Amino acid sequence: MTLSGIFQIIVYCIVLILLIKPLGLYMARVFNHEFTLLDPILCPLEKLFYKLCGISLKKEHDWIQYAQAMLVFNLIGVIVLYLILRLQNILPFNPDKFLAISPDLAFNIAVSFVSNTNWQSYTGENTISYFTEMLGFTVQNFLSAATGISLAVAFIRAFSREQTSTLGNFWVDVVRSTLWILLPLSFALSIVFIFEGVPQNLNSYVTARTIEGKVHTIPQGPIASRESIKEIGTNGGGFLNANSAHPYENPTPLTNLLQMLAIFLIGAALTNTFGRMVKDERQGWTLFVSMLALFLIGVLVTYFYEAHGNPLLKGLCIGGNMEGKEVRFGIVDSALYSIITTCASCGAVNSMHDSFLPLGGIFSLINIMLGEIIVGGVGSGFYGILLFAIMAVFIAGLMVGRTPEYLGKKIETKEMKMTVLAILILPLCVHCFSALACITTWGIQGPLNKGPHGFSEIIYAFSSASGNNGSAFAGINANTFFYNITTGLAMLIGRFLVIVPTMAVAGSLVRKKIIPSSSGTLPTTDLTFVILLILVILTVGGLVYFPALSLGPIVEHFLMINGKTF
Amino acid sequence: MVFKEKKKLSIDWKLLKQAAIDSFIKLNPLKLYRSPVMFVVEIVAFLTTILFVLSLKNLNQDNPFFVGQITLWLWFTVLFGNFAESMAEGRGKAQANSLKQTKVETKAKLLKNLESNSYELVPATDLKKEDLVLVETGDIIPGDGEIIEGVALIDESAITGESAAVLKQSGGDKSSVTAGTSVISDSIKIKITSNPGESFLDQMISLVEGATRQKTPNELALNILLAGMTVIFLIATCTIEMFSIYAGQHISITILIALLVTLIPTTIGGLLSAIGIAGIDRLVQHNILAMSGKAVEAAGDVDTLLLDKTGTITFGNRMATEFIPVVGVSELELADTAQLSSLSDETPEGRSIVVLAKDRYELRERNMAQLNAKFIPFTAQTRMSGVDYENTEIRKGAFDAVIDYIREKTQNSSFEPPKDLGLAVEKISMSGGTPLVVSKNNKLLGVIHLKDIVKGGMRERFEELRRMGIRTIMITGDNPLTASAIAKEAGVDDFLANAKPQDKLNLIRNEQAKGKLLAMTGDGTNDAPALAQADVGVAMNSGTQAAKEAGNMIDLDSNPTKLIEVVAIGKQLLITRGALTTFSIANDVAKYFAIIPAMFSRTYPELQALNIMRLTTPESAILSAVIFNALIIIALLPISLKGVKYTPSGAAIILRRNLLIYGFGGIIVPFIGMKIIDFIVNFLHLA
Amino acid sequence: MLNHFKTAILLTLILTILTGLIYPLTVTLIAKTFFPYQASGSLIRKDKTVIGSKLIAQDFKSPKYFHPRPSVSNHDPVKSGGSNLGPTSKVLINRIIMDVQKLQKENPHSSIPIDLVTESGSGLDPHISIKAAEFQIPRIAKARNITQEKIYTLIKKYSEGKLFGLYGESRVNVLLLNLDLDK
Repeated sequence: MTLSGIFQIIVYCIVLILLIKPLGLYMARVFNHEFTLLDPILCPLEKLFYKLCGISLKKEHDWIQYAQAMLVFNLIGVIVLYLILRLQNILPFNPDKFLAISPDLAFNIAVSFVSNTNWQSYTGENTISYFTEMLGFTVQNFLSAATGISLAVAFIRAFSREQTSTLGNFWVDVVRSTLWILLPLSFALSIVFIFEGVPQNLNSYVTARTIEGKVHTIPQGPIASRESIKEIGTNGGGFLNANSAHPYENPTPLTNLLQMLAIFLIGAALTNTFGRMVKDERQGWTLFVSMLALFLIGVLVTYFYEAHGNPLLKGLCIGGNMEGKEVRFGIVDSALYSIITTCASCGAVNSMHDSFLPLGGIFSLINIMLGEIIVGGVGSGFYGILLFAIMAVFIAGLMVGRTPEYLGKKIETKEMKMTVLAILILPLCVHCFSALACITTWGIQGPLNKGPHGFSEIIYAFSSASGNNGSAFAGINANTFFYNITTGLAMLIGRFLVIVPTMAVAGSLVRKKIIPSSSGTLPTTDLTFVILLILVILTVGGLVYFPALSLGPIVEHFLMINGKTF
Repeated sequence: MVFKEKKKLSIDWKLLKQAAIDSFIKLNPLKLYRSPVMFVVEIVAFLTTILFVLSLKNLNQDNPFFVGQITLWLWFTVLFGNFAESMAEGRGKAQANSLKQTKVETKAKLLKNLESNSYELVPATDLKKEDLVLVETGDIIPGDGEIIEGVALIDESAITGESAAVLKQSGGDKSSVTAGTSVISDSIKIKITSNPGESFLDQMISLVEGATRQKTPNELALNILLAGMTVIFLIATCTIEMFSIYAGQHISITILIALLVTLIPTTIGGLLSAIGIAGIDRLVQHNILAMSGKAVEAAGDVDTLLLDKTGTITFGNRMATEFIPVVGVSELELADTAQLSSLSDETPEGRSIVVLAKDRYELRERNMAQLNAKFIPFTAQTRMSGVDYENTEIRKGAFDAVIDYIREKTQNSSFEPPKDLGLAVEKISMSGGTPLVVSKNNKLLGVIHLKDIVKGGMRERFEELRRMGIRTIMITGDNPLTASAIAKEAGVDDFLANAKPQDKLNLIRNEQAKGKLLAMTGDGTNDAPALAQADVGVAMNSGTQAAKEAGNMIDLDSNPTKLIEVVAIGKQLLITRGALTTFSIANDVAKYFAIIPAMFSRTYPELQALNIMRLTTPESAILSAVIFNALIIIALLPISLKGVKYTPSGAAIILRRNLLIYGFGGIIVPFIGMKIIDFIVNFLHLA
Repeated sequence: MLNHFKTAILLTLILTILTGLIYPLTVTLIAKTFFPYQASGSLIRKDKTVIGSKLIAQDFKSPKYFHPRPSVSNHDPVKSGGSNLGPTSKVLINRIIMDVQKLQKENPHSSIPIDLVTESGSGLDPHISIKAAEFQIPRIAKARNITQEKIYTLIKKYSEGKLFGLYGESRVNVLLLNLDLDK
């Protein structure tokens, strides 16, 4: 570890914090339907959309209608994307004549992109046509992110409103998320990416004759326009197989820094939007500080181990662990990126997590296992941490001798039932699918690495799918019928079975009165609450994974120290 | 006196014995399923018992000595949980039983109708609502009821512990009687007001009996959390077997079960109902009967207390201290008129006026009958009293009430009182006194200064409440000025002046609409609607039956300031639950460090690095964890019964302290505990 | 519910046109107009034939060129990706040991920079660290029969620093270096 390395991490955090307030304010205005600078251009467009689709601005949804609309919207998304994938051979924009995708892989990919996971069982540069990239993937990158933001905003309204049943209009929230937030940010970012060297064209792959006379086929495509929404919307599915490690997707340290900021940008700013909408910005900052603390623990541990290097290579060469990392990013930016992408449910990678040291990769795994609530995926991370906050408030509320309340809303049996359910689903899903893979031949054939690292690959795969992250210990061969179907199901369960109880909590909270606070009320804006929230996240959300982690990265670490290889 | 003896927590061997027996009876799965955590422990204990039998017959590879010990400790875990509940029940029951006893033995003299004097002897437990009974000197009152005929001196010491007898009579605010009290003199006829099993006594008994006890909302929510964690750990433990197979090793079911039981929140699961029962029990020790556990919890949430000024904050009696006449009226005339109007006024204020007039002006009491006077009593609506005689009409009452009265009488809506009267009234009010304006034939004579005396120690109590985050509102019929002065003197946060019964109800509704939870005390029939509306309504035992039925708690001592204790007990109940939940969850960290390395000691001996406690062998490590897990339930039983220490302070401070003690303590304690147990286990060669 | 379906289908259609067609095509148009070189993949041509991309590593086996980092796919640009071997993988450790032995023969006097013996995440890393470049100087100087200083200045010329002196690592582009060597 070097001082300059630590400094990079600190500067990154400072820049991020500086961006939170303006974007948080902007998003609050967008969802409160207050004036923004983009209104003159976007409002007419928005009205046109509503007219064409028969959406009424005045009609709001209660939680069931909101959830129904969301489910239908996503179902249509899955069907359309599935059809595109199955028919891409006869669709236009396919200069390199890629074939149709097999049914199981098409199911996996369709679910993956709609659920904001972007798990990649395929290799982009020799499977996916430009049509699919643009009208399939890019579209779902926008829509799945917009869905997440809408759900988060609906959940925030459960706290900011009182004694009503409606949480907003899903369609309106999706359109506003897309038009006001995702499109402008992606557009601006794309241009910078292109300037830095990310390709953007519809040309067929280029054939090159190298200096030493070999023939290379170099992939092309509309990469930049998807790269930006990939990070902004915490989607993470790369245009090319190597994802953001690929020099075309992430050519310079500047694009790398921008990507790291873009991944956290909306998720972090949502805490401020939340604070503003509930009229107490400190509430948002408290959540953010808790996230930041957990984030920094992960970054520092990862950086420490990666910088230290593989003890098995001691004396052979100098430097930290560079296997799977790019020279232009080095160790700090790779460690930082790996933690950001797993905290945020993004899943884009600028280095191969599979080749990280055991305790260098463990926090990627832990971040996903905790439910990606450290900033988290756009929207999903935010309602995730709110569920943990409700849980923390419940335990702490009892400890101060009051029926628990969060932001003036009483947390009662019904909310606890749904919160526990929503938090339970992720560990259940991860454990059950991993266990299945561990005892079936199809499952055991997946991992590339032997020994405990192979187990880590399995548990990482199902954590990533269930948590809708999309990154992988990529050695695992996941493009098999078994893994396509199981990870596909895990993605569906991890996204939608969590959303429904979450919305039920919102639906129940929005009906309640906001109780004014007194000195007997548990303060949710101080350091004690931050510590409490972190402890609840680690114990209620994390302890359950300890046995699995022991059999994966933890034991691998001790084996490695003892010089064992597999 | 029954209750006061039980206040200290002494070891009662009879109670312990009964609790030990009960804990076996409670093993019945049909009863245990109500506690999901302990139910799971019982199932797995049953499983290990089978494994133990199999290992004895060499039908599996387990070591019978090891499996046997694990089995034993798993059963102990369940038994300890049951024992905790039985102990809590036992303590409450012991108190309820002595009352129950009197009830069962009591015979009631059942009357056919009000007129008849012949009765039929029936057991008290057979009495139904609306039954009429005769109670004569020396009889025990057989059921909660209302006196409909007669006056009697009643000894309520069996319930309140107060030895002074109370006079009760039909009609008015002193007509209700409670089962278990006895008549010292005279005879009364009572209409029974509750069915068998519905009296306060019955309610209380059922509250301390775990089996029939309804779970409170918070308890339900907590149970869901605990059940959720149990499910998570159940899945985690089951899947470890598959993960372990991938690594090339089977793990014995006994060890998996040991891991499961140590991870699921058995500590709080076992103590949860004991904590709830003990909370109710603490109320009983303070001579308060609660109608439901929900009411006790609500008490912890209360953020506003409504307190009647008179009798609660101040001594009931205001004393006349001064007569201030208006210009043109002599002090003597005022005193004379005031005395006249008060001769038939039996209120302490009325009496004090008569006394003051006599002391200061040597005015004799006159015979009202001679004057042919008609006394106009005080009502809450008119807020005046007075007397009519020989074309003379005297009124005394609140300033604005008298002015309004005169305006109405003289049909002169622009009637204005003399300036000096207004000043005098204001001066008295500012000083915390009550001005009583006197008029004679629509002419204002002056004002009587009534002084209110605030009880000692009230200021400190309100200060304490403020620290707990609770606002106090004083309710008074006084005018705003008087009210504000007394409020200031007593240190309450707010007051409602000129309060009529309806205002009290409105105030409660308004505060509730703002999301506040309110507690109040009351005794009169006109308090009943407000008592019913309040979230916590404590009725005075001395109050009317209507009031008692409307409230959800009854204070047997009829001490209105006891609301403060009620709130503290409610809070303590919740805190105890929260603290032990935190402790229970925090324990898991250490248990992992004991069991995980032991579990994989064969496949991955390298994991011994996690054995930071340096537990001797894998077997002793697992055993220590299971033993610790069982013993901690017993170790925490006293805290569950007594309740976690609660000192009134802000939520932030309480949280910080409890998080430190039960959160971080919960992480550290098991490390030490298991190390010690491991030492003993090895010393005794148990593993 | 049925209403939801109608709205969902229409909205999906409209947003697909907006985000899947209008957005990427607009960006493409802007890219083509303002940054044609970057937009088409930073390709390097020699006499009109494409010899590679500035951003994509290519295989160099000859001792007279700088060698890029090893790649599991021999730098085939349509097979991007890393080795994905874990830290306790025998395959990984053996591969590194073999590479180390080979390099030690080449330049026995310096210690080996880690990036020369580890595969990058993309397998197409166009850069090597300055140290890794300097490590190769003796071999290239010998093969080309030029002074080491000359190669050293060349490395200096092509080395790229950290962003704001902070982010990323200082590095040199192997292809650009080798092209200059051939000049």
